[in-house]
Amino acid sequence: MTTSSTQRALEVIGLKKAFGGMVVTQDVSLKIHPGERRLIIGPNGAGKTTLFNQISGDLRPNSGMIRLFGSDITYLPPYRRAHLGLSRTYQIITLFADDTLEHNVSLGLLGLRPSRWQMWRPMSYYRDLAREARRTLDSVGLLHLADHPISDIAYGEKRRVELAVALAQKPRVLLLDEPLAGLSNTERSTVKALIASIPCDTTVIMIEHDMDTALNLAETVTLLNYGRVIVDGKRDAVIADERTREVYLGA
Amino acid sequence: MRWIGVALLFGSLLLPPFFAGDFYINLASQILIAAIFALSLNLLVGYGGMTSLGHASYLGVAAYISALLTGRYGFGHGAAALISLSGTVAMAACFGVIALRASGLGFLMITLALSQVLWGLAYRMSNVTNGDNGIAGLTRPAPFGISLESPIAFYWFVLIIATLALVLMATFVSSAFGSSLKGVRDQPRRMAALGFNPWLIRWITFIYAGFWGGVAGLLYVYYHKYIHPSSLSTTSSAEALLGVIAGGSGTLGGPAVGAALVLLLKNYVSAYVERWNMLLGLVFLFIVLVMPAGIVPGISRLVAGLRGKAR
Repeated sequence: MTTSSTQRALEVIGLKKAFGGMVVTQDVSLKIHPGERRLIIGPNGAGKTTLFNQISGDLRPNSGMIRLFGSDITYLPPYRRAHLGLSRTYQIITLFADDTLEHNVSLGLLGLRPSRWQMWRPMSYYRDLAREARRTLDSVGLLHLADHPISDIAYGEKRRVELAVALAQKPRVLLLDEPLAGLSNTERSTVKALIASIPCDTTVIMIEHDMDTALNLAETVTLLNYGRVIVDGKRDAVIADERTREVYLGA
Repeated sequence: MRWIGVALLFGSLLLPPFFAGDFYINLASQILIAAIFALSLNLLVGYGGMTSLGHASYLGVAAYISALLTGRYGFGHGAAALISLSGTVAMAACFGVIALRASGLGFLMITLALSQVLWGLAYRMSNVTNGDNGIAGLTRPAPFGISLESPIAFYWFVLIIATLALVLMATFVSSAFGSSLKGVRDQPRRMAALGFNPWLIRWITFIYAGFWGGVAGLLYVYYHKYIHPSSLSTTSSAEALLGVIAGGSGTLGGPAVGAALVLLLKNYVSAYVERWNMLLGLVFLFIVLVMPAGIVPGISRLVAGLRGKAR
């Protein structure tokens, strides 16, 4: 039991969540291997983001279990999960608007370091923090904007910072909530290339509506509808499945 | 340019003892005490996004503990100061646990309710606090044998502590922890997902703010040599909050300027107009309309705009 579960990067077992009488997650189980690229699809209101919020700890499930590399994280607060190697991005841009790009990414780095409790030295004292932040910004192609505040930059660039903040943490499991939402075609290919270049020891779980792009990036696909897993498996098998057509691709 | 401003401001603080009369020196001391108090509240309001309407609790409790220990139980000032600050910090730790169960308006209401409890106690528990009569006949400490009875000596004493407070609070907000605090203020959910513990960050800040509120309370009771339940009242908390917001919350200089403004209005205007609160309200309204971010950010924007035009 222990050996089989440690082989999984993330395991969700019989997860249930209801808001009052409305059941938003119904008996969802997922097994995701280290290094896997998993796409989660489903129509609006299928419970994709709610599932993410339970995995990241923003929401508590009513029952079920979530395991990260074999350890039970179902009731851990979000910040403890971050220290276990879980990182996420948001569907709605969640950045620090008045701060510079460098500062935003630095906060991502600081969150995992003991120096976040430092009360007498400024962040600038930690040179490696800024260096590391700039390196990450360089990897998403935004180094030239490092000293600009977030409020100065374009929406597409914010999407990339959103990604950079999470990537800087070098997560073992990365949850991407619609990383391509609202992007133009050119921006889309930039971000797509970025996601493709995520190191393969990072497990990536992605919610995305843009099927063509998303299916290229994913190896395995989970289809959710009304909070339930409808189909789950290899990309081509899921696309070919009757039920996928019915629910998502429009019969 | 900014440093010239800071140097000028600090230089002007060194001047009063040399040519101002006792009345003005005392007024300056009071302004400095109010500034320490406003700065400590600003840690919560401006940097932590926690609007408290009960900050007078810390000022009042520190003052009362010191007054009781020195006035009634014959403690020395050193020991009394130590005990009252520890007591205030412990109280802030407890109040923080209660108040931080909520945020926003809920947080404000809990801080208000807790301070009202203390205010009620100070009024009604008259066998201890002497109720509405307050505790009079107190003394000032004499650090290293230097008497602080004269206005000038006391001003120097307050100035040293105020400088220390400003430097330490400035260090706090610009530290890595301060960055975490501002992050938690702006995006608590993101900060938690990044590995920060928002609750603990807020709680530590709450306690630290309580500590400096307590320091202001000690200076307050040393200055007046008297303490009354009104020091714990909502008015006292609200005046400080008004100062913070009027001066510019989330800036270092703002709360000090705001506190000075409130105190000056109170002292000057109350000599001519009975309803000085009304004027304070009007001034506040003017500030909110003209400089919504507060006096200090408003003026610095004005200066930046003028400079931009000059170029």
